[in-house]
Amino acid sequence: MSAVADVIAARKSAGSGALVGYLPVGYPNLATSIEAAVALVENGVDVLELGVPYSDPVMDGPVIQRATQEALAAGFRLRHGFEAVAAITARVSAPVLLMTYWNPVVQYGVDRFADDLAAAGGAGLITPDLVPDEAHAWLAASDRTDRDRVFLAAPSSTDARLEQAVRASRGFVYAVSTMGITGARSDVDTAARTLVSRLRMAGATSTCVGLGISTADQVREVLEYADGAIVGSALVAALADGGIPAVAQAAAALSAGLRR
Amino acid sequence: MLRDESGPYFGEYGGRFVPESLISALDELDAAYTAAKADPVFQAELTHLHATYTGRPSIITEAPRFAEHAGGARIILKREDLNHTGSHKINNVLGQALVAKRLGKTRLIAETGAGQHGVATATAAALFGMECVVYMGEVDTERQSLNVARMRLLGATVIPVTTGSRTLKDAINDALRDWVANVGSTHYLLGTVAGPHPFPVMVRDFHKIIGEEARQQVLDLTGALPDAVTACVGGGSNAMGIFHAFLDDPTVKLYGYEAAGAGHLTDKHAATITRGRPGVLHGARSYLLQDEDGQTIESHSISAGLDYPGVGPEHAWLHDMGRASYLPITDAEAMDALRLLSLTEGIIPAIESAHALAGTMKLGRELGSTATILVNLSGRGDKDMETAGKYFDILDTAALEREVESPVDPSSLGVKE
Ligand SMILES: Cc1ncc(COP(=O)(O)O)c(C=O)c1O
Repeated sequence: MSAVADVIAARKSAGSGALVGYLPVGYPNLATSIEAAVALVENGVDVLELGVPYSDPVMDGPVIQRATQEALAAGFRLRHGFEAVAAITARVSAPVLLMTYWNPVVQYGVDRFADDLAAAGGAGLITPDLVPDEAHAWLAASDRTDRDRVFLAAPSSTDARLEQAVRASRGFVYAVSTMGITGARSDVDTAARTLVSRLRMAGATSTCVGLGISTADQVREVLEYADGAIVGSALVAALADGGIPAVAQAAAALSAGLRR
Repeated sequence: MLRDESGPYFGEYGGRFVPESLISALDELDAAYTAAKADPVFQAELTHLHATYTGRPSIITEAPRFAEHAGGARIILKREDLNHTGSHKINNVLGQALVAKRLGKTRLIAETGAGQHGVATATAAALFGMECVVYMGEVDTERQSLNVARMRLLGATVIPVTTGSRTLKDAINDALRDWVANVGSTHYLLGTVAGPHPFPVMVRDFHKIIGEEARQQVLDLTGALPDAVTACVGGGSNAMGIFHAFLDDPTVKLYGYEAAGAGHLTDKHAATITRGRPGVLHGARSYLLQDEDGQTIESHSISAGLDYPGVGPEHAWLHDMGRASYLPITDAEAMDALRLLSLTEGIIPAIESAHALAGTMKLGRELGSTATILVNLSGRGDKDMETAGKYFDILDTAALEREVESPVDPSSLGVKE
């Protein structure tokens, strides 16, 4: 059972696919980050991905780095992550995943992290620097607490590794497109399309594509072949530039046309 | 045999905590390195380069006048400072560049703290005709500006890193991001025994020549193994390089000296094993400086090359089993040792290496005059002249400014044009 997988499947059978929206907790402060997340859901985001600010975020581009660094400087603590999840899930029904680098979880205690996440109503974790090979403790804790676990799949992953990611993941598999990093958009699109079809062959039933998606056109394009589209930097940039009204508007623009 | 340990784990340390996008590159690297290690052609090529380019074997030098300040113990320096480019770093760089060539990579990227690893990487890129990009924290580009100029002269692009603490750890983050994006064409030439497998093992293997040479050289000189082997520890590559050959010699004590900055009990230090605890950073599980939430704490040291809040996993393993001891050395202790070696032996060490010398002075007094201590002199101090000049207040800044305004007439120095 996975609330995240259910929402994605429901959006899929309704004719489109899911919009997954990322924002960091604590940026620009805890209260505003909670309001901004709620605004995403009110404006068409189906699944929330809340980033836990971390000192050494190797998967994040400059926009998100800047935001999470500011959150840390403003005094972000891990417990704020659980507070935010609890506050958001009390107000909206969209499932909330935390996106966290691995060391904060290790230091908090993997079991304690899983318990506190469950108590706050969090659906699970996206772990960008934890591959299933190193995830024994988290696999056990997420099974015990019935939380989702989203592992990443890359165009460079072998078929065996894609199968491993599919087997280990619950909720969805995070397909890393190379969008925004490599050149022409048609190439990029081919890379993501190919990865998603390889994941399906590896048994995936719920696959979301992320990294570099920033426009409504790109979301629609991705949803032609994937079950969900993940948008991060574009939302963070909107929040940075224009606060909650801007991030709400950005979410509405991304989800326009997805709901018929 | 401790020496046979070859990862991915050293006890509970090491592993691969990286984005999935990098796993295939690490697998490819691991396979290429494993093949190269067993290939006599590769080994011959590396040996030839070391003989004709690096300047290996590096000599050992006895330091009797310095030893008077170290309890009269016999002090023997392994002279990695005499290698081409001025430090031990070239050993690893040439090895990895050859592996990168076998992999068909055309672009080398690297992180650097003191600039020594960046200079060595830029050197290898020039030698092999590869493109080179070096990430360096902005704090370090300022305090090691001479090395920035060296890298540029060698054709490398130096990118000052402005995120986080703007030092070595942030340079590694940016290098990892670059690698994720450009993994097809690019080899990330990591400069120490840290990072995800196979880096800790591969980098150690390329440096273990230091200890292998030194072990025989000390035997030839003294007829016995040393009582102790010492080295400074940043990420830990020069220390692993000299320790490795001695790991299974139980009579030889191993000491790694960490940078204690203003003091390991203050909040301005880089004494990772002394003050840190196990966690995950830069792709491996090891000791690191971190707060309660697992956020990395910024390190501090006068030495850019030791200013790193992590340490290689093999050191964490050796520490936990008690095979090696890791002790803190302050900025002031290191700078005193730097001056002392300069005055007593006519050798100006890198500030990094001066930490090993300062530790050795204490150790010599402990072990007494019958002891023999082998010290890894990992680099030379040329790059540190600005820092040392300011620290000892021996830079005649007024004269320097006058020179800039009116350059010295070469004829007044007796130089013919
Ligand atoms: C001369 C010298 N020694 C030591 C170090 C520290 O690195 P490691 O601990 O990997 O030997 C550096 C790093 O820049 C260096 O330049």
